[in-house]
Order: sequence, then structure tokens, then C-alpha cells
Amino acid sequence: METAVFIVAAIITVLSAFGVILAKNPVHSVLMLMATLFAIAVLFVAQDAHFLAAVQIIVYAGAIVVLFLFVVMLLGVDLAENLRVEPIGGQRPLAIGATVATAVLTILLIIVAASDSSKPESGDLAGITQETGNTGVANLGRVIFTDYVWAFEIIAALLTIGVIGAVLLTRRAKQQEVEEEVVEKEGGQL
Amino acid sequence: MTTLNWGSISSMLVLFGTAILVVTVASLIKSSKKDLLVQVMTALGGLGGLAAVIIYWHRVSSDGAKLSFADTVRIDHLALFIIGVISSIVFLSALTLKSFFAREKLFRAVTTEIYVLILLSATGGAIMASANDLIVLFMGLEVLSLAAYILAASNIRKAQSQESGMKYFVIGAFASGFFLYGIALIYGATGSTKLAQISQKLVSGAFVDDGFLLGGIALFLVGLLFKVSAVPFHVWTPDVYEGAPSPFVAFMSSAVKVAGFVALIRVLGGALIESAADWQPIIYAVSIASMAVGTLAALVQTNVKRILAYSSIAHAGYILIGIQAATKDGFAASLWYLAIYAMLAFASFSIVAAREGAISGNSINDPNHIDNYRGLASKQPFLAVIFAILLLAQAGVPPTSGFYAKFSVISAVVDARSYPLAIVAMIIAVAAAFIYIRLLIVMFFTPADSSLLGGATMSKTAFSKTTSKTMSPITQLDASENSDATFDKWKKLGANKLNLAVLTLAAAFTIAMGVYPAPLLELAQSAAQSLV
Repeated sequence: METAVFIVAAIITVLSAFGVILAKNPVHSVLMLMATLFAIAVLFVAQDAHFLAAVQIIVYAGAIVVLFLFVVMLLGVDLAENLRVEPIGGQRPLAIGATVATAVLTILLIIVAASDSSKPESGDLAGITQETGNTGVANLGRVIFTDYVWAFEIIAALLTIGVIGAVLLTRRAKQQEVEEEVVEKEGGQL
Repeated sequence: MTTLNWGSISSMLVLFGTAILVVTVASLIKSSKKDLLVQVMTALGGLGGLAAVIIYWHRVSSDGAKLSFADTVRIDHLALFIIGVISSIVFLSALTLKSFFAREKLFRAVTTEIYVLILLSATGGAIMASANDLIVLFMGLEVLSLAAYILAASNIRKAQSQESGMKYFVIGAFASGFFLYGIALIYGATGSTKLAQISQKLVSGAFVDDGFLLGGIALFLVGLLFKVSAVPFHVWTPDVYEGAPSPFVAFMSSAVKVAGFVALIRVLGGALIESAADWQPIIYAVSIASMAVGTLAALVQTNVKRILAYSSIAHAGYILIGIQAATKDGFAASLWYLAIYAMLAFASFSIVAAREGAISGNSINDPNHIDNYRGLASKQPFLAVIFAILLLAQAGVPPTSGFYAKFSVISAVVDARSYPLAIVAMIIAVAAAFIYIRLLIVMFFTPADSSLLGGATMSKTAFSKTTSKTMSPITQLDASENSDATFDKWKKLGANKLNLAVLTLAAAFTIAMGVYPAPLLELAQSAAQSLV
């Protein structure tokens, strides 16, 4: 079962990753990126890392990809890029070289890790697992609402600051300010 | 089961609650008295925080430190001392801000938000002061700094303010990253984020000693030294202070710095005191570098805000001296210096804020240029005298608080047998006097319209070229069309009555602490005693 899930999710991940760089339309690229991230989230679930999977969806798919879409839309979707011109000289050979080097390094690391038969020690550092004996989202939630409840509550203050800051910094000029601006321009200051 | 002792965090609840109340009330009323109401509420919030501190000081004296929220909050004398300083600064800021808003008309639409951000930033500082856990410390730091970034950028019309906010944000976020990485490594080495447990692990030797802890301490220090702007992490300070609106610089250079230092003292003096041998050399080098670079750079500046910014870097070096000693006396000296410095920095930048309002419309484009302080003694004798007292205190001249502050950190480090550091500190203190004497000469012994200061005038032309674009619209606008009564008074006095009252209070405090330092010093000593 796990193997089947892995194969399906891996194929989707790789194919949509290629889609990100091959799609002509930037919006399609962004959508492909989202598919990649979702497939990786499925891989996380298969590894019992439920929290990581949830964060993957919420943070990446929910926030970052939407941000990408905003940028793409603001810059103009139908802005055709001339791919024959290299903005920075020599970056394509460099990119190909870096890709090959990374691939070789990854394969080497996998070979080394596979030949190393000794299992890594669990160590004394995994405090959460040791204290309660079970892992996962439930445990994380319990820790957040007991040991770290104060840190969790402080997030309220952070969010409040975020909202107030957004209001303050994006305030549009009201009538009186517009009048001031007119005076300013007439005075030849701007 | 986690105990939630809400009473022990009452000072934080008062500050945060006032912030929420201010937002709510301000959004419900439309009366023209709204600004006044908001100001009074903020001032009361600061006083309320102070009152909570005073009430708890006695309780802690009799029952010992109060732990709550699964031991992540520790209300002891150290926390209360710092929260007291921060609350007082909130109170004083609230009093001085109104005249600033009256002058800078563009703030009219957002006055409420400014007061709220100051209250929230102070809440973050209070959270840091009482943090007994590295995660809580980090959250407090973020609350504190996020509000400060917005305050720095809050002059939405001035490119320089935007630039300052952006710089502060990017560099601050970068520093937070280091800080967090340091926490992760310290957790990796000791298996806990709680300060008390880290300290226990270090005492019993039950930690992973393979560079994890050292790396963690190093990254942690990088993060916090950024916040307190110690050399070599100081580069942002003059730029940010120069660009940000002056009243908020007064708040940032006092309350925000104080919170950064208390985090250093709590972690180095509490959790990591066992490995003092590891961090002492770092603090040693950083404090010498901060004093030297801050002093030398301040000597060649021509902008008063930049002079004060560099002088605050030098002060950071002096405060670090006491921490370097790693003794209770050293921490007490640093805390005492911190309280003195907070008042000095706040009052000095408040004077800059007052002065830049009074001279707007001058031919010189930079309202903070040192030439604009020429002959201040004849134009505004009262302001000049107060500024002189503050500058003499910063230089460390005897009957003022600054002398005793410098004396106590240096004597602490002598007791800890770091003689070279003490000698270097004294030499630099002498050199630093020239920074302040230069300003005094400009204010008292230079006629208002001559150009005796050749050096300053030479560099002025180069300097004004860079700033004229960003500064001129606002300053000249104010002079030309501001005609309401508040501003007329401003022009005459350079500050309104409330501002003058606050500044007089600061000057009185400065002299009183120099003449009779015992009460505050005792508070600082019992604060240092409460370190784990």
C-alpha cells in the first residue's frame, strides 16, 4: 500500500515539477507548482508526518503559491518573455552544471546512506516522544496548549500588530490630506 | 496540569488590554476629542503597568519569584524592574506624542494606531522581561520588534521613513532568524527550552557537548546583539534612527533596547551562567568594539540624530561591560545603567523631535543638522539647558546619573579582575566627552548665524544633497501652511508645555540619580539577585 501511494505521488510530483518549468503560461506554472506541493504533502502523510503535511498545504499551497499568483497577475500574464536573450551571461550553462552536480551528489549520498547499515540512535533529544510515548498531531497539540500555552497566546498580539500595521501603512489619503498634497504640488516641492 | 496564574502577568495584561481598548474605543467614537481620549488612555495604560509592577514588587519580595504558565513565565524582581522602566517610557511617550502629531499633520489619520503600536511593543518588551523559556522570549522579541518596524515606517509620506522601516525590518528579520537558529541548537544540546532546565543541565553536565551548545550560544548572541545594536551588528542603527520619526526613535532607542538587554541578561546571567567562560570573551570583544566604534563614528557626524545613534551604540558597549563581568554586581550595574540610559536616550531624542519642529522652514534642508542647534542657548535657553544636562550625563560628568552609571559598570568589571577592559572603557569615556562637548559648544558658544564650524559646514553641503530630496517637502510644507495655535506655540517654544514638563522631569531624574542614586540602585541590585 505504502509503495503504491509513493509511486503515484512521486510520479505526480516529478511530472508537475517538469510542468512548472515547461509551461508557457506562468499561471499554469503556478498551478503545476501547487500540484507538486500537494503530491509532496501526500508523501508526508504516507510517512505518518501528518502535521508536516497539513503545514505543507496551509503554508505553501495556501499562502506562498497565492502570493506567487498575485505577483504573476500584477506583472501581467500575457507578458511574453523572450527566452533567446540571457539576462545574465552564462547562467544557463551554470544552471545545467549545478543541476548535474547536485544530482551526482544526491546519488552518492544515497549510496553512502544505503551502505551504512547501522541505524541512527534515537538519542535523548526527542523530548516530546519520550515524555508521552506517542507522536503526531495530537501530541503536538497537547504540548502547545499546556507547556507552550503562553507562547501560543502571544501570537494574538502578533496578529493584532499585523492588522494594525497594515491599516497604518496602507492608509489612503483622506480629503484633508489631499488638500495638503495639492498645496505641496503647487508649491513646486514635488 | 498547567497552572495559569493570570494575576502574575497583570502588567502585561494591562498594557495589552489598554491597546485593545484604545482600538475599540477609537473606532466607536467620532468626536474631535478622540485624540485626547486616546492619549489619556495610553498614558493611563503606562501608569497601570507601573502600578501592577509596584504591587507585585512587594508580593515577590515576601513570597519569592512567581512562576506560571508551565514555568514559562517568571515574575521576579528582574522582570518587574524592566517592566517598570518600559511602562514609564510608555507613559512619557504618550505625553510627548500629541505635540508631534499636531505638527506633522499627516499623522492625524493614524494617531490611534501609533498609540496602540507603542502599547503593543511595550507588551512585547514585558513578555521578554518575564520570559523563562526561549520560545516565549522569541515571541516577545517578535511582538516588540514588529511594532517597532511599523513605527519606523509610519511616516508614509517621507521616503526616508519608509527606507528606515524597510531596513529595520529586513535586518531585524534576519537577526530573528539567527536568534531562532541559536535557540534550536541550544535545545538540541540541552533538550529543553526552559531557562531553569537549561541551567540545571549545564550544572549537572548532562548536555551534548560537541559544539552544539557553543554554536547555539554564538547564534543566539548574534541575534540579540543585533537588537541592542552592538558592534559589529550596529550598521542599521544610524540609518534607521535618522529616517524614522524622532518621537518613535525616542521610544525605540529606550524601550526596545532595554528589552533586548534584559533578554541578554536573563539568558546569559541565568541559563548560561555555567558556561560563562564560553560567552565572556565574545562580550568582552563586542563591548570594546561598540564603545570604540560608537564613539569615533559619533565624533565625525554632522546630523544630531546620527550623533545620538552612534552614542547609543557606545552606551551599549558600556552596558555590555557589566554583563561581561558575569557577577551579580555586574548585572546590577548593567541594569542600573540601562535604566539611566533609557531615560537619557528617550529625553535626548525627544529634544531632537522638539527642535526639528521648531526650525522647519530654515534654509538648511536637514532639520537635524548640527548647524540648526547653533545658538540654541539664546533662542530657547530652557531647552538648551535641559539638553546640556542630558549631554553631560551621557558624557559621564559627576553630579549627573551618567557618571555613577559608568562608574558602577567599570567598578564591577574591576572586581571581576578584567583590568584591561576597565582601562579601555575609561579611556574611551574621556574621548566620548568630545562628542557631547562639541554639541554644547554649538548650542552655547556659537552665534546663531555665523559659520565658525568650518568642518561641519563643509560636509553640510555634501550631506544636504543626499537628504534634501526626501526631507524638504514635509519640513517646508509645515512652515508655510501650519497656522493653528498649537503650532505657533511650537514655533515659539520649540515644544509645548507637556513636552517641556516631560523633559524637565527627565533632567530632574538625571540629576537626582546622580546626587542620590541609592534607591534605584537598590532596586537594580535586588533585580540582579533574582537571576536563577
